[in-house]
Amino acid sequence: MKAQPIGGRLISPVTLVLSVLVLLAVFFAAQRFLFGFGSVANINDGFPWGIWIAWDVVIGTGLACGGYALALLVYIANKGKYHPLVRPALLASAFGYTLGGISVIFDLGRYWNFWHILLPNYQQYGSVMVEVALCVAAYILVLWIEFSPVLAEKFGWKGVQAFTDKWMFLAIALGVLLPTMHQSSLGSLLIVFGYQINPLWQTLFLPLLFLISAIAMGYAVVVFEACTASAGFKRSLKDELPLIADLSKVMAWLLVAFILLRLVDILVRGEIGAMFTSGFKSFMFWVEMTLFTLPVAMLLSPSAKRDARTYFLAACSMLLAAVLYRIDAFLVGYETGPGWHYFPAVPEIMITLGIVAVEILGYIIFVRFFPVLPGHSPDRAH
Amino acid sequence: MTLDRRNFMKATLGGSLAVGAAVALAPGDAQARANKQMPPKALGLLFDSTLCIGCKSCVKSCKEANGMPAEFSTQDRLWDTPLDISGKTLNVIKYYAEGTADHKDQEKDGYAFVKKSCLHCVDPSCVSACPVAAMTKNPETGIVGYDPDICIGCRYCVGACPFGVPRFQYDTATPRIQKCQLCKHRLPEGKFAACAEVCPTGATLFGPVELLKAEAKRRLEIEAGSLAVYPRGNIEAPYPSHEKPAPAYLKRIYGEKEIGGTQMLMLSGVAFAKLGYPDLPEQSYSSKSETLQGTLYGGMILPLVALGGLAWATKRTVGSHSDEKGE
Amino acid sequence: MFQDEIEALEAKLGLERRAFLKFCAALAATMGLPKGADAQIATAIASPAKRPSVIWLHFQECTGCTESLLRAEHPTIEKLILEIISLDYHESLFAAAGHQAEAARYAAMAANKGKYVLVVEGAIPVKDGGIYCKIGGKTALDILKECAADAAAIIAIGSCASWGGMPSTPPNPTGASPVNAIIKDKPVVTIPGCPPNPYNFLSTVVHFLTFGALPKIDEQGRPLFAYSRLIHENCERRAHFDAGRFAMEFGDDGHRKGYCLYKLGCKGPETYANCPSILFGDVGSGSWPVGTGHPCFGCTEKGVGFYKPIHQLADVKNVVPPASYPRIVEEQGVGATLGSAAVVAAVAGLAAGAGYKLAGNLGKDSSDKDAAE
Repeated sequence: MKAQPIGGRLISPVTLVLSVLVLLAVFFAAQRFLFGFGSVANINDGFPWGIWIAWDVVIGTGLACGGYALALLVYIANKGKYHPLVRPALLASAFGYTLGGISVIFDLGRYWNFWHILLPNYQQYGSVMVEVALCVAAYILVLWIEFSPVLAEKFGWKGVQAFTDKWMFLAIALGVLLPTMHQSSLGSLLIVFGYQINPLWQTLFLPLLFLISAIAMGYAVVVFEACTASAGFKRSLKDELPLIADLSKVMAWLLVAFILLRLVDILVRGEIGAMFTSGFKSFMFWVEMTLFTLPVAMLLSPSAKRDARTYFLAACSMLLAAVLYRIDAFLVGYETGPGWHYFPAVPEIMITLGIVAVEILGYIIFVRFFPVLPGHSPDRAH
Repeated sequence: MTLDRRNFMKATLGGSLAVGAAVALAPGDAQARANKQMPPKALGLLFDSTLCIGCKSCVKSCKEANGMPAEFSTQDRLWDTPLDISGKTLNVIKYYAEGTADHKDQEKDGYAFVKKSCLHCVDPSCVSACPVAAMTKNPETGIVGYDPDICIGCRYCVGACPFGVPRFQYDTATPRIQKCQLCKHRLPEGKFAACAEVCPTGATLFGPVELLKAEAKRRLEIEAGSLAVYPRGNIEAPYPSHEKPAPAYLKRIYGEKEIGGTQMLMLSGVAFAKLGYPDLPEQSYSSKSETLQGTLYGGMILPLVALGGLAWATKRTVGSHSDEKGE
Repeated sequence: MFQDEIEALEAKLGLERRAFLKFCAALAATMGLPKGADAQIATAIASPAKRPSVIWLHFQECTGCTESLLRAEHPTIEKLILEIISLDYHESLFAAAGHQAEAARYAAMAANKGKYVLVVEGAIPVKDGGIYCKIGGKTALDILKECAADAAAIIAIGSCASWGGMPSTPPNPTGASPVNAIIKDKPVVTIPGCPPNPYNFLSTVVHFLTFGALPKIDEQGRPLFAYSRLIHENCERRAHFDAGRFAMEFGDDGHRKGYCLYKLGCKGPETYANCPSILFGDVGSGSWPVGTGHPCFGCTEKGVGFYKPIHQLADVKNVVPPASYPRIVEEQGVGATLGSAAVVAAVAGLAAGAGYKLAGNLGKDSSDKDAAE
């Protein structure tokens, strides 16, 4: 099961479409930097944070939690058997976080000052964002250090290999601590918004809810990636299936914890009414909760089917739920006052799609050239 | 193979449980931060909706004093007609109308004017949210000011403000946050806030918050209909005052307690919620947020302890099944 | 025919033809009448057959109304008023006195029964049976009722007759009342003002003369041509108000520069009258209170003039047009458009399709994997 480059052609219909998306995004990005946000995005003073924050950063890094979630299992819970899944998950995390970090630049109005947030003489420690920014920046670095053995292996950098062997434990420890900090803080970001966030989402338990759902997202993404990679690169899932089954179960129990915490919290705060009286917001809450509950039902019920399709669909449901949870907390549940509207503009969406496209393209290129995916018989039965 | 759930929970959620415990304990924790207190020499405004006649002199003079451009909402694009405060407008007078809109300061079939501009919170959310201290509260005057040279344009302040006050410029490549800074640039010239300076009725009154609060309380005690004196301009050195029968005030000073108090106080005959000023709790949102952050990250103690534990755990496991060396 | 009459009028009034026609045109313009009305007016005035009888009563008043009419700088007004109407009873202008005068009133009333115009100047005290104002032993109340009974039209001139004016100021010891509080069965045209503008009175009379009917009036009896707009709306200082430039006290810099007098208590924003448009005394621009630097004190307006202190601020009445004020809640931002919704739907559809297909493949694949469990 040693990781191997899978090789193959780079130019395919998929990569071509992705490239076009990237080019479109570059065009709109240029427009944004020349003429300001208004020329491409619908963000306004009632919704100062649009999908570039909610999707590119908050959801993007959440989807990139695979590396973090696996590190928790492999290194902290000492479950070495999951090791084959670490490299692809790390790669996806490194890409997800790096692009999340870069896409922040798109969303900073005065991006030429962005370095202020890294300097202590500017930092304002009461702000949750300082913590998020520093943690994410540090974690991007840590992720590439964690991933560096792959590069060293490919290019034969012996010195780097020796160094990382010695200090890898520290990088991994940081690689667990930093996401724990900032994934929870992504939720804390909303606390200062106060009443503007609907009580269905606004709670002091936001950090814990964000953290649990991020870890669950991490496992879901690993399952999702294993399934899509097997389909996309026509590789058999046979060897990975038992691991996927276990990960799915872990995810399901996390979800149980998440759902219970959320419901009890709403109950204790006496906001049950908001579940039914907030119109579209209530509707979205129920969609979310249904999607969170579905994987639990699919995976933990005694009659559950134990095949790849079930795990894949459960993972999809979980990802969709967590994505919605974040969109709802940041956009749907946010109301600074009546009269404000927001829906992403087409160019705004195209920039986000472009970033996603870069991510997928990079992933494809990397796994073809670097030893990332666990190597085994390249063909499936058909 | 089934995973040992107990072990897993113990290990993986160790960090998050610490978070949870810290959150749960937060209110009683030593790191808890109470609402901030108003500086003793705090300056502010008293806006009395019942005195406002909707002449919009303050809107115009604010633009002039702060060098802000006109903003158009009509087709002819002739007059400065902002619909709200924005990246081009720091102060607007908004119009409440209900039913036939015949009677001033009456909720039913009435109308009222209200000023929308920065309230200069005693414990501002925007200052707490700003990651780089571009938004600051002056320790002496309590004026919430903004420095574009520091700002990174993240718009956290825009989202955080419970009154939706800081506004951003979406139509330029070099945008800034814009908000009322109580004409702090005019204070050294011996002038005061332009909106209060030109207000013909004293609906917007400038001065130390303590005096303004006393003035507001005085007004609330006047019997409706009896002749009362209203100062204009700066309460410390007012222009000639004027007399008029006192209206029926709501017995409430908006900004006295809301989210820890604001330095712009308001009086009205119409419920503030109808005028776009929501009912808010006394605890500031910034104190909530900062208490949470302080609890989790105060002195970086929790994270360092966690790092120690994690490093020990990984050191123990990394060697046993390292993939880096190959299998 | 018409030319002859005008020539005859020229001789009678000592008025040049050109000046007379100008006067008629001015009256027509004041009333906002259409083109051609000036000719009708000229015909009506010049035709001696239509000279109506006028009975002019004085009650609780200062004779300021009459004075303003007579002392207009324009030399021909008093002549016109005296020549185009037959003033059969007017205490200030009568040569006769005592019973002789009263007899003239009765004679005129009998001769022009149902045709004469009754003009009332001053308020009517109604308290204690109206004993606070008597002429020839009769109370004002009785005289008014007596004269109003057979009048073709009633005009209340000045604020006192129109709404009570100064005599009715609280505590109003005499129960001073306006004409329309006593005469309820006939329309009463009111020309409020202290003093009223003589042109508003003349125009009303000439309208009656020309068209045989009184001009359109509002619910307070005021001719719409003169009293339908706030002083504030036509004020020459309005621009200063809009720009926020105010005189703070008499003689200060802003006052000398002609800034808005609102802060000094100008009642223009709550007073309906055409003062800024037609001015006073025929001496050209600026010849009205605000023009001379004094705030309007709202003399034409019931509840304002003689009632509110002069330096108390006015309640601004014209908050219209409402479009110029932003509402508390303004719809802002852009919601979903067809394009953006379509893009999102396309992406979601693509993802769902791909997911479905993938799930299908996985299902096929895993059929032989069940053993792995």
